Amino acid sequence: MYAVFIIFLPFIMAALLPATHRLIGDRLIGWYVMAVPLVLFAALIRLIPQIAGGEIVSASYAWIPDAGIDLAVRVDGLGMIFALLITGVGTLVALYSIYYLSPRESLGHFYVYLLLFMGAMLGVVFSDNLMLLYTFWELTSISSFLLIAFWYHRKGSRYGAQKAMLITVMGGFSLLAGFLMLYFMSGTFSISEIIGMRDVLAGEPMIVPAMFLILLGAFTKSVQFPFHIWLPDAMEAPTPVSAYLHSATMVKAGIYLVALFTPLFGGMEYWFWSLSIAGIVTLLWGAFNAMKQNDLKALLAYSTISQLGLIMSLLGFGSAALSASAAGDPAVYAAAGFAALFYMLNHSTFKGLLFMVIGIVDHEIGTRDIRRLGGLMSFMPVTFTFAVIGSFSMAGLPPFNGFLSKEMFFGAAVDIASGQPFAGGAEVLFPVVGWLASVFTFIYCTIIVYRTFLGPVQPEKIDRVPHEAPKGMLVAPGILAVLVILIFFFPNVIGKYVIGPAMQVMFPALSREADLVPEITAWHGVNLPLVMTFGVIALGLLLFITFRHWRRIYRVAPFRWTMDSIYRGLLQTGEAASNIVTDLYMTGRSRDYFVFIYLFFLITAGGMLFLTGAFEPDFSRGPVGIFEISFVIIMAFAAIAMLFVRSRITATLLNGVLGYSVAIFFVFFRAPDLALTQTVIETVTTVLFLLCFHFLPEWKPEDSPLRTKVVNGLIAIGAGVLVTAFGLTVQGYDVYGSISVYFEESYKLAGGSNIVNAILGDFRAFDTMLEVVVLFIAGIGVYTLIALKPKKGEDDVEGK
Amino acid sequence: MEFHMTILVGILVTVAVYLLLSRNMVRIILGTAILSHAVHLLLITMGGAGEGKVPLLRESDGPYADALPQALILTAIVISFATTALLLVLAYRTYEESGSDNMNTIRRIDRE
Repeated sequence: MYAVFIIFLPFIMAALLPATHRLIGDRLIGWYVMAVPLVLFAALIRLIPQIAGGEIVSASYAWIPDAGIDLAVRVDGLGMIFALLITGVGTLVALYSIYYLSPRESLGHFYVYLLLFMGAMLGVVFSDNLMLLYTFWELTSISSFLLIAFWYHRKGSRYGAQKAMLITVMGGFSLLAGFLMLYFMSGTFSISEIIGMRDVLAGEPMIVPAMFLILLGAFTKSVQFPFHIWLPDAMEAPTPVSAYLHSATMVKAGIYLVALFTPLFGGMEYWFWSLSIAGIVTLLWGAFNAMKQNDLKALLAYSTISQLGLIMSLLGFGSAALSASAAGDPAVYAAAGFAALFYMLNHSTFKGLLFMVIGIVDHEIGTRDIRRLGGLMSFMPVTFTFAVIGSFSMAGLPPFNGFLSKEMFFGAAVDIASGQPFAGGAEVLFPVVGWLASVFTFIYCTIIVYRTFLGPVQPEKIDRVPHEAPKGMLVAPGILAVLVILIFFFPNVIGKYVIGPAMQVMFPALSREADLVPEITAWHGVNLPLVMTFGVIALGLLLFITFRHWRRIYRVAPFRWTMDSIYRGLLQTGEAASNIVTDLYMTGRSRDYFVFIYLFFLITAGGMLFLTGAFEPDFSRGPVGIFEISFVIIMAFAAIAMLFVRSRITATLLNGVLGYSVAIFFVFFRAPDLALTQTVIETVTTVLFLLCFHFLPEWKPEDSPLRTKVVNGLIAIGAGVLVTAFGLTVQGYDVYGSISVYFEESYKLAGGSNIVNAILGDFRAFDTMLEVVVLFIAGIGVYTLIALKPKKGEDDVEGK
Repeated sequence: MEFHMTILVGILVTVAVYLLLSRNMVRIILGTAILSHAVHLLLITMGGAGEGKVPLLRESDGPYADALPQALILTAIVISFATTALLLVLAYRTYEESGSDNMNTIRRIDRE
């Protein structure tokens, strides 16, 4: 119950938000929202001792039991890390938003989206049912879409939102397909059961495609190359959103998914190589592109891409620990998994901090373009300090938490290169590429600090007088900055209580705690990782100073390539193709549409009737009265004459003949109510026709070419013949008998002796009510068309 | 009798569909009116044309004619009246705005 409450609290609060907003106003609504993650964070902290003790809090309620879909919630060590990030960073971001967003913005929308996202994200990390996880997964995409498009009047926001949506939802579909494959192999949607069947599933041939489909979902969400292109465009969102969704939490959903399925797929060679290579390539490409950005947020976006690649590759390295056949010590490889989680936590602190710093610069100076910034240190000393802490941590310098995790990354990459778990040979490249990417990282971290806060001020390029941010805005980044330093000094608290339990979930095969939770030390003697860090600093400084000279490299292929052109090309081709197809049948001619309808009717219905051999006409004539047959002849003549008359008055009168004849048939066929209604309606209809003719021109003979007329005639005859064929066939069957006997009890059941009336007014009264609604709608339509004509000049509503 | 009625329904459907496929708005509307006549006749024929007695419990002791198709048709008559009225007014307004009652001309004006 407790766990379910944690997921649904944000949704409940989001539903209550509009009413609360009206009650407490713009000034306090942010605090109302902040209370949600704060309460949840406290609730989760309370659970930590239990979870760290290896306990798992779970609850399950039947949701769609026929399909095996349950509302199954499971709080374990792995979900806990992510949930702590979601609620912890969520609290700080909400606090920051209170000062960041002007009350003129539509705060109600913003906070509802934010809470929706929070709930969806908690749902993702606590679901123990594949379908439940998938539902929440897509919900995070949708709330991200809404938040990126928050300033929807900007073109860039709409473009970015659409791009993010298209790419992540494509990945979502792939994920769904992968999940369904898992379901068909295992027969259950329960994630913990599926993971428990690891040995059985390993032999299934479908496990590899399922693995790749799930990876595609994780890679699109966690911006792995080449799906990373949506993240820079997502930076159009307000900065608190970028800090929260697009750096600290949502983009880590893919990381979560990979970690979640590590106990199932870990140890497979495909899994190891896919993760390692995708991660390493993303790491390098992201860092390389970050250096050339002029927009500070774009720079941070690429740096996020790069660091997500780093985490992904670490998860890949770690998965080798679960292979039975891999060479080397599993505990050494598992340390990479530990490093992944530790790096992820650190990343959320320093990257969230940096986003908030950039947000402050943007908010107070009015730009985040480094070509216009510089020398802000003396105006914004606090912000500057935060920027230094965040950047140095990201660059991997002591005494900040980034140093520890960067060292661990180097160590893990070196261990993989020397251990060669799958004897691929390519492993030796991992530490080399990782080291190079770290040099780039060092360079762009220096760019952030130097180009923004040091160097000359350029007052002519900025519109405002630089000044420090209001105190309230500095609180959230301040807390993060303190964390960045605290984690450096006390890393093992987090290692033992937060990461350790998650390691038990990820590597169930390794049971010794010492294997799962390595001791984190800042000083471990002069070893290879430390030497690598020194190398990073030396080469990084050198390249930063000479950046002007080698910047041209970005104009040379393949360095200038962005994957954007592929995306745009695909989108444009898709649009063009769909236009061509649509224009083929959406011609705007009513005749064409009727032709499609009747051809479809002829082909499908006629095909079914004749191909299945159901056509058994009943040609029995039965008794025929003289009156009946004469009216049949009258109607047939009137109908056929309709095709040849030259005057519309005649045509209307012929229609009247048909209508009154129908009324007479109702008399013959024992339906007095129908005959009465038909007579009245036919009279009114004829009057309506004649009334309209006053305003409409005399009709001209049809000017269609003969060919069209022949085709029309054939279709019409076909439709008539087919309806007759159906009628005759139906008369030949009497499979089920009449159900009208039931209605003959109408006096007893409904108190009416007129059965037809009883059906309309009682048995099917709901239908009749809706029919009245239809009449009402038609009446409104008629009234609107006649009474509410636009006055002259007013019809320009579309601004044409 | 059912046989003759079914043939008549076929003729009505043919005429209605042919009118629906034409270009003139009034012809199309007449087509919809005739199509509904055809469907009503088809429904009542399927319920057994001319069999049984009028479905009024006080008038006779049965067997009664099938009341269900009658109820269906009663609803259908009213609805088809509503659509015919709406279509006629729509045609009138379209002509007023576009100056034409030819679907092809109207389409051209609409695309411009």
